[in-house]
Formats: sequence, structure tokens, C-alpha cells
Amino acid sequence: MTTPDTARIEADLPLPTSVDELTPLYRQMLAIRRLEEASAKAYSQGKIGGFLHLIIGQEAVCVGAIATLKPEDYVVATYREHGHAYAKGVAARPIMAELYGKKTGLVKGLGGSMHLFDKATNFLGGYGIVGGHVPLAAGVAFASKYRGDGRVVLCFFGEGSSTIGGFAEGLALAALWKLPVVLICENNQYSMGTPLYRSLAVEDVSLRALAHGMPRDRFDGDDVIKVKRRIAEAVERARTTGEPTLVEVVTYRFRGHSMSDPGLYRTKDEVEEWKRRDPLGKARAHLLELGLAPEKLDDLEADVKAEIEDAVKFAEDSEPADAYLPYVMKGGA
Amino acid sequence: MPVISYREALNQAMREEMERDENVFIMGEEVGHYNGAYKVTQGLLQRFSERRVIDAPIAEMGFAGVGVGAAMVGLRPIIEFMTFNFSLVAIDQIINNAAKIFQMSGGQFNIPIVFRGPSGPAVQVGSQHSQALESFYAHVPGLSVILPSTPYDAKGLLKAAIRNDNPVVFMEGETLYGSTGEVPDEEYVLPIGKGDIKRAGQHITLVAWSRMVHTCLDAAKELAKDGIEAEVVDPRTLRPLDVPIIVESVHKTGRCVIVEVGWPVAGFGAEVAYQVQKHCLDALDAPVERVTSDDVPMPYAKNLEDQVQPQVADVIAAVRRALYLE
Amino acid sequence: MAQILGLPKLSPTMEEGVLVRWAKQVGDKVSPGDLVAEVETDKANMDFNVEDEGVLLHLFVKEGDTVKLGAPVAILGNAGEDVTALIAQGSGGGAAAPAAKVTEPKAHAAVRASTNAPEPKAEGLPEPTEKPKQDAAAKPAAAPPPTSTAAPVAPAPAGKLLASPLAKSLAVELGIDLRGVTGTGPGGRIVERDVRTAADAGDQPAANAPAAKASPSAAAAPADDQALADDDNEHAAEADDGEAAPPSTAIVSTRATAVAKAVPAADAGEYTDVPASNMRKRIAARLTEAKRDVPHFYLMRRFDPSPLLAFRARLNGLLGDRGKVSVNDLIVKSVAIALRRLPECNAAWMGDAIRRFHHVHIGIAVAIEDGLVTPVVRDADGKGLAVIGAEVADLAKRARSRHLKAHEITGSTFTVSNLGMFDIERFTAIINPPEAGILAVGGISDEPVVRDGQVVAGKRMTLTLSCDHRVIDGALGARLLAIVIEQLEQPESLAL
Repeated sequence: MTTPDTARIEADLPLPTSVDELTPLYRQMLAIRRLEEASAKAYSQGKIGGFLHLIIGQEAVCVGAIATLKPEDYVVATYREHGHAYAKGVAARPIMAELYGKKTGLVKGLGGSMHLFDKATNFLGGYGIVGGHVPLAAGVAFASKYRGDGRVVLCFFGEGSSTIGGFAEGLALAALWKLPVVLICENNQYSMGTPLYRSLAVEDVSLRALAHGMPRDRFDGDDVIKVKRRIAEAVERARTTGEPTLVEVVTYRFRGHSMSDPGLYRTKDEVEEWKRRDPLGKARAHLLELGLAPEKLDDLEADVKAEIEDAVKFAEDSEPADAYLPYVMKGGA
Repeated sequence: MPVISYREALNQAMREEMERDENVFIMGEEVGHYNGAYKVTQGLLQRFSERRVIDAPIAEMGFAGVGVGAAMVGLRPIIEFMTFNFSLVAIDQIINNAAKIFQMSGGQFNIPIVFRGPSGPAVQVGSQHSQALESFYAHVPGLSVILPSTPYDAKGLLKAAIRNDNPVVFMEGETLYGSTGEVPDEEYVLPIGKGDIKRAGQHITLVAWSRMVHTCLDAAKELAKDGIEAEVVDPRTLRPLDVPIIVESVHKTGRCVIVEVGWPVAGFGAEVAYQVQKHCLDALDAPVERVTSDDVPMPYAKNLEDQVQPQVADVIAAVRRALYLE
Repeated sequence: MAQILGLPKLSPTMEEGVLVRWAKQVGDKVSPGDLVAEVETDKANMDFNVEDEGVLLHLFVKEGDTVKLGAPVAILGNAGEDVTALIAQGSGGGAAAPAAKVTEPKAHAAVRASTNAPEPKAEGLPEPTEKPKQDAAAKPAAAPPPTSTAAPVAPAPAGKLLASPLAKSLAVELGIDLRGVTGTGPGGRIVERDVRTAADAGDQPAANAPAAKASPSAAAAPADDQALADDDNEHAAEADDGEAAPPSTAIVSTRATAVAKAVPAADAGEYTDVPASNMRKRIAARLTEAKRDVPHFYLMRRFDPSPLLAFRARLNGLLGDRGKVSVNDLIVKSVAIALRRLPECNAAWMGDAIRRFHHVHIGIAVAIEDGLVTPVVRDADGKGLAVIGAEVADLAKRARSRHLKAHEITGSTFTVSNLGMFDIERFTAIINPPEAGILAVGGISDEPVVRDGQVVAGKRMTLTLSCDHRVIDGALGARLLAIVIEQLEQPESLAL
């Protein structure tokens, strides 16, 4: 059986869109950016503990991808998932309160930054084991297929996951059983301190789909509309034919792997270069080009600022987390 | 009452639960077309079709994870490991996902999954295929761990495990599949976390699970010839452990021997011994004894394998030590 | 040369198989690797192949038969060979290969139980018909040399008494002084059987009475003593040190069946000496001590039990078949509450202090065959009446069958004794030291009483409170009795 290869290579042309489409996407990306900045600040003040992994610079990927979903579709993500949760519909307040370890946190202070879960918006976590959630996402898609309910799963992971067993097995099973999951590799080119060329013999994660006869895609993730369009194709495929797709989106994180990472493995110039391609800036410029009035943009930005400040205040003022025993097993341990 | 095999009892349990609840499915290597590596799932593919009896390729981490994901959104998977030795490949999914998602999600997502399969030494299958890993799983909050020793217990507890809304690690005795026992026709479900007195006696308490229950019963028969009546307590579930049934027995007899087929260091028997000394200190006439396999990887040669594992004579010797009769 | 083919091991755990289908028939030629039959094993249907050249001359089993591992299945040989003898051998039921089912026990010789070990001496084990004598060596001479599996145990540090927890509590129960017991456990640890042996040998009441027999050591089991552990040995606690642990009059063993001591009775012409059982000796000693050392005085009051009886009837109506509350249960509760209200009476004389107990534990005197035992209802002031009723019924039943446990007959802070069922109107009871009092309850009688200036029929009951004057003076005792009776006259008080 020959393996069809559906990767496409395109020129980097702006895709047609409208103010109505782009504005909410921009707003989400901006809110995520501000949320992440506020978390970084709180972390350095000692109000958030443990590990904190920020998505600053990668916002277009989660926002663009999740914009293709219906509310009943599922998202499974990694520990760098604040943006994914927000894009799926989780409000800033419970996210921030969770980071602060408060009772009002999204998971009652039991999970923290790495384990955000929200049943109401079908946001299925928040996992700390690299690649361990990929088979799990395949399993959620398995359930959709089992029930025939047409719900699609987006599974986000980094390029660092592409070498681990869980990823390999999840990929293999999704392909073998034709499960409706879109496997999205957010290739931010560094696994902690290790650049791509030192982890992968072949620096193209999407190629792995070929081994399984799975459709694949690969593109740059700095334009939120492009992300949305391309992921929409994969989502459509999952919804109609039930087939999975492996999508690699090349992106860049402006901050370290986590708050404890001084980022000595890349040059300041390189970071600056990527910052010039900041998806947020691109979207903003595009909005103005499309005719959005600057005052409206200012209002939007002020609104976002207020939203995130409110979330921080909410987190600060909330009661600390106070219970863990009832949460070991359903019905009590 | 019908007498059926342990294997057949498990088969009936799965069949009944799959008839009862559309959400139950089975996934594992060779569970479908091959009718099960140990014939435990025999006939189920024929009855329920490939949608509900799914043959998986060799990818334990993969299909265990698929099970967890499916359980997260409300299906009720039975994930078979061909043997629990291979569960080590998937242990990340069991311990880091299945056991923890309920807590990590603040109680939003429970995982009604059963991981089942044969466990413990077989006959001459070498060190990588002979492990008794129950203490690994019993250590983990968020899991229940069940080891039935008879067909009756196997059926009732597997049904309970499938109906349970939380992850269950269900470890079957690999050498018990052919053993037989009475199992009623009428439907029944046994409670998870409740032990059973397999033999009453007033002189010494033997605590054992899975195959070692039978070793203890054989030892008890021998001991009875010397007038020593041993009480055999089978906890059936290791987590949560029925501490009261063990404590009550030791209060009665004043002596305790724990028999397990796993390794000694940090084996589950050590936890039982802790509970016994904690709650029965004043009733004890002798220190708690433990009989375990030797602290070695299992050798292949039959005579060596027999030396490593607890035999009836070892149980008897431990009993006599506890009675100061050496 | 013809040979019998036995059923080979086609799966690692196979012990037998079902011959599902013959692929060859008698007279067929076979070559190495040929399929001869299909066998169903515990795992799957397996192919039974031959490894030899030859002709199938005989089949021992037919399709559908179950065959044990190694049992004869067929004869393979040369065409025309006479295999009558082999057929007979194979059909005789002899297995071609022995089925190795039983696994060898561990090779360590040390682990094997010695068949020369003596009968288990520990209490509760069934008595063998002949009790073997033990010679002077504590360990039986026939025992094997010390086993290598037993961890080496250091001998007890000089002067340190080692005893298992069970041995210690049993010693208290049977009144044995551990200092006089030889331990047969590792390092000289005293274990249960050593204490029971000492109890059989001595019936020593702590340090007081002279030992009637020789040494109470475990080694010298008296040859003529057929008894298991005596079930009426004494409590060691009251030996020397007047500890506060208030022992009751007799202790019963939970494990032994009662076996009377076979001590011959003297029988002269004019009298018969019935040997005093240990329980009798105990009762004699303690109550003499009580009468001698405790300055008793007695307070009596009669009261109308009619409201109490009506209350009891209502309670029992509510309980139905869930339980029963007796008049005595109500009195016990009243006493308990009264002691809570007057804690100066829930006390003991300690010589230079009066010990006030923090809990109210009421001893209930129960008559049993040949004596008296006083099981305890703990924290009676906090228990509901149905609970007290159930507990007292259970304790009394087990007292009579001698199945009380040590902790159930110790610890009372006050006692209630009722002889009403024997038609006793009233009586004065002897205090159980070190308690400060005891309430004696008489029967209920119908008699003429004065009400509103008229003589009418009524009921009366008498309570007699014995007090230890060192702790309870007259006025205090009167107050106590008054509270008890007030509560009985207005029985709803018992719910408070």
C-alpha cells in the first residue's frame, strides 16, 4: 500500500479574512499574552509556585486551532496549556486562581499550572508526562468513534514528545484504528535547552505520519488565520472520514522553557528575530489594515487589560485551597 | 450449584457486564480473534463484535492510554495485559494518568477503567515473565487492587470492578485459570475491599491472596494432623485492605503468618505485618512471620523455581516458628 | 521396536488434554513431524506431532477422551509387529510417565518440621489423649539442632524480663508472677504456653500462698495434672501493691473449656471436704479483706417503683423485638448518672489520697455456677438504655458460659448487685475494693401503703447503699442514694 503524502508547501501569503473573524481571535491571543505576563509576575513574587510554563510567542497556534472547534469537541494538551484552556472557553479568573493555589481555582488548587481541566468546556487537561497524553487523546477519539457522535479531539504536544514511546504508540493506534484526533505538534524548536537538531535525526516531525499512512500537514504558526484555515481542514477530515492527521506547526517561545530556565542555549539576536514575527503584532497590524478603528482596538486592549487585572485580583483575594481527601476517588477513597 | 473454572468465571463476568452496559468494551492483545492468550475472553468477539472486543497491536502504553482517555469521557474499558509483567510498559498510564486524573481535575473526571490480566509466576517462564507486582500498584492512591483466589471470588469481584467508577487493577492468578469451584447461576456481585475467611481455625492466622491461599489451605490440612488449626484469611482486595478481618483473626489466634509469592522487600505482606503489629500488639504471642519468594529474579530450571517460591513446607515451618515448635 | 506414545506436554501448564481428533488411523505410516492428532489443552487446540518413523499399531484413546499428561495414547512400531504385551501394559492404566504434580518443598533441611517435636503445648490446642511428659530440659531433647532459618536472637540482657504481649496479659489474667516463669521462646522469651504451664503447675496466687507443687517452671509439667489451663486462677494485680486496677472476684479464660481439677476429695465418716476451687478461694480472700479493711456503713431507702415499671414497659414497647430493658438496667443507669453528678462517690481510697475516676464503669454482679463474677459496663453514664440492656444481657450470658475476656471483668468504679429475682426484700452487699460503694437491689413487693391519708395497695422496692466511710460520709452517701432514687421515681431523668 503506498502512503499518500498530503503535506503542502505554500508561499507565505496573507490569507483572506475579515475584521469580524480576526478581532475575537486577536482578543484571545492578547488576553493569553497578558495572562501569561501576569502569571510570570506573580511567580516572581512568590505567589505561584512549582513549575510555570508560558506560551508567550505561540498564542496563534492554540487560538487558531481551537477556533475551528465546536463546543462539544475535546482538547487535550500539555503542561504549557493556559492558552489552550482560555481559548477553549475557560475564564481567566479560575485559571489564575488555580495558579495561585486557591479554593476557587479551576481544579480547586489541586492541579496548579500543569493540570488545568474543565469538563464544562471539554478541556481534558493539563499533563506533566511528555507524550503520555497522546494515547489518552487517541482514547477520547476512540470514544467518539465508538459512540458515532462526530466529536473531534485536538491533541497538542511539543516536538520534544515526538521521540517518546507514548507519542509513537498513540500515533500508531490512531492511524491503525482511524480515530478522529488531530495531533498538533507545536514545534517551538527547543526541548528545554536542546535545539531540534540535537534531538531529531530528521527535523520534520510530520514525516512520522508517513510510516502510518496518516495524512499530515506542516506550516509556520505565526499567522492565526493560517493556523485556523489549515487546522480546519484536519478537523473536517476527522469529522467526516474519521481519520486522524498529524500537523506540525513551527513556532517559537519568547521565554524560557519554564520560569526556572535562564535560556542560555540561544542568542538574544535569535529571540529578537522571532519577536519581530510575533503573531500578536501581525494580527494587530492586520486588523488595522482591515479597517478596524484604532480607538476600537484601544478599547479592546483596555478591556483585556481590565479582564486580566480582575483575574489577578480575584486570585489574590480568594481563599486558599482547603481540601484534598475527597478527591482521590469518586465516591471517596 | 455449578462448578466452573476460574477462567470461565471471569469470562462470564465480562460477558454479563457487557450485556448489561453498552459502554463496556475489552481491549488488549489477542483478546478477540485469538480468543485470548489464556482463553479468558473466549467467545466474546463472536458475541459482541469488533466494535466492543478490540485486538490491539503490541503497544501497552498506547492502548492503556487509549483506555484511560475513553474512560475519561464515560466509556468503561477493560484493558487486558497479556500478563502484568507487560503492564510495566504502560505503568505511566496507570499511575500517572488513571490513578490521578480524578484528583488533578478537582473531581471532574473519574476513570471507570479495569486493567486486568494474569499475574505472578507461571511455570518456568523466566524472570521477566514471573513477577508479582501487586505491591507496586497497591502503593498508589487512586487505584483499587484486587487479587481473587477462587472462581467465585473472581466472578463477583470482576463484576464489581467493571461497575466501579474508579480505576481497578485486577490481577488474576496465572496458574489458577484451570482451577474450579462452585459459582451460582444467579447473578451476584462481591464488595471490593472485603476479605473472606477461607478456613476457620483458632491457633494461628495465615494471611494470603491469590495462589498462595491454596498453598495455605494445603498447609492447614497438614497442620491439622498435628492438631494445629490454622485460620486462612484471604483479603481478596489489597487496596483498600480489609484490616478489620485480619485484626479480628489475630486477636483470636495470637499468631500471624503472611504468605505471598512476591519478593520480600517492600512486598505487600510488609504492609499487612505493620497493620497486624499496630492493632494486635497485645494479642501477639510471637512476632509476625512472613513467607515470600526468595529475593531473586525467578530462575528458569524447575527445581530452582520451586526452591525460590513458597511451598507448603515453608508455610508449615513459619507456623511452627510462630508457635515456638521448631 | 514398538513403543508406547504418551501424551506430550503441549503447553507449559497442561496437566491433561482432550483428544479432539485423530489425524491418522491404525495402520497408517507416519514420518517425523507428521500430525497424529489434535489435542485440546488449557490454552488452545494443539497439534500432536510424532518425531519418529513407523506405523500406528494401536490407539489407546478415542476422540473426545480426556487424557492425563504422559498417559498412553498410541503404539508406534513396525508393520506386523506383535504388540499384545504393550497393549496390555498401556491399558493397565500405568502412565507412561509419572505426572510430576507435587512440588518438592524447599531443600533446606532446617526448614523441615521435625517429626520428633513434642505435642504443641500452647493453650487451646486440642488435648492429646496422652500428655507427653516433658523432661527437665526446657527444649525437648528430640528437637532438631537449631534451625538456620531462625534469626539468631541475642540472649536477654541480664535482669531483663522478656515476654510476649499475650503472655503478659495472660499472666495478669491468671494471676501468675512472670518473675517465676521460665521462658521457652527465643532469648528466654516467656510465651503463652509458658504462662499456662506455670498456671497448671502452681495455681500460685501471686506471691502470697505457698506453692503447693514444686517449681512452676514450664519444664516440670506435673505428671498427674490432666487439666488444661485452669479457668479460675487469680488475678495478680491485688497481690502486693494495691494498684488501682480494680479486679473483680474471678477471672475466666477465653480459650479453655472448663476442666475441673482432679484433686481427690477427703471423705471421712462425718463430713466431706469439698476442695475449694480457686474461684472460691479468691472470693474468700477478697471479701474477707473487704470486710476487714473497709469501714462499711449502710443506707437504706424504699421507693415506689410504679413509675419506673411503667417507663420500662413503654421502653420495651418501643424496642419490640430489637431488645429489652430490665429494671436492673434502669438502676444501673441511674447509679451511673448519679456518680457523674456526685463524682466524689466515684472514687477509691488510696491511703494518702482519694482517687477520683474520670469514667463511670459499673460492675454488675452475676451469679454463676459455684460463684460470682462481675462483668463491667464501661462508661455506663453515656450509654443509652437499650445499649446497656443489650450489653448486660450479653455479659451475663457469657459470664455463665465462662467466655468473658480479661478486660471485661476489670476496671469497674462502682458495683450494682441485685438479688430481687431470689425474692430477697433487701440485703447489704460487701464492697469490692478498691471501689467506694456498692448498691444492693431488692425485689419489688406488693404491700399496703399510705396515699393521701388512705391505706391502699402499692408497690415498694428497697435499695441499700454500702459505703466505704473513708471516702463517702453519711451525708454524702445519703445524697447519692437520694439522687439515684429521685431519678428512678422520675424515670425520664435517665434520658438526661
